[in-house]
Amino acid sequence: MRILYFSWLKEKIGLNSQEIIKPKSVETVDDLITFLKEKSEKHKNAFSDLNSIKVSVNQEFADLETKIKEKDEIAFFPPVTGG
Amino acid sequence: MIVKVQEKDFIAEKEIQELKNNCMEIPGAINSFIGYVRNFSNEKKLTSLTIEHYSGMTEKMLLEISTKASQKWPLLGTLIIHRYGKLNIGDQIVLAASASLHRNAAFEATQFIMDYLKTKAPFWKSEEINNQNKWVLSRREDEQALKKWED
Repeated sequence: MRILYFSWLKEKIGLNSQEIIKPKSVETVDDLITFLKEKSEKHKNAFSDLNSIKVSVNQEFADLETKIKEKDEIAFFPPVTGG
Repeated sequence: MIVKVQEKDFIAEKEIQELKNNCMEIPGAINSFIGYVRNFSNEKKLTSLTIEHYSGMTEKMLLEISTKASQKWPLLGTLIIHRYGKLNIGDQIVLAASASLHRNAAFEATQFIMDYLKTKAPFWKSEEINNQNKWVLSRREDEQALKKWED
């Protein structure tokens, strides 16, 4: 699966995007965050306050309970500030 | 429905003409809104503004917002242009416009488009103040603004 980061999340993690093979334990967005936090300190730090983070799955707004699949594009970002 | 996400500046008059030309009937009313880069942010002087976006999802969301507006009001067309990249003080950021037979639908639809865009279109602003870039925080009022369209 492809994971994208934007705004300060991108800076905190130090990556624009990353490709990972979906681990068996990961079924939802919440599982994915848990997996990423275990993997690196930077992710752990970036995902410390989930209230300030939005998520999309295949370019649609999603939430922690949204189910994810191997071929999905998942993006994490702060609330939007355009306009 | 016209949606453009671009780095370059736009000429509002030309874009509105394009919207008018794309309408199936002659619109009796076109209402438009332009957003510009302010020179102050929380009483601090700004030197520039940089806008990042999620290419792909941005276009998708802007089309979704246009569709929602067209379902809510009898519109003949909509236009949304949003810029990204580094912008200077006073630069144009966004142009939203709605075309209809009568003015009320056009007025309301443009406001609806802007209220939706503010909370649903994946853009992030970073302000340059005293040679430092800081990500703009989302405003609670923007979330509140959406509520008036719920019914």
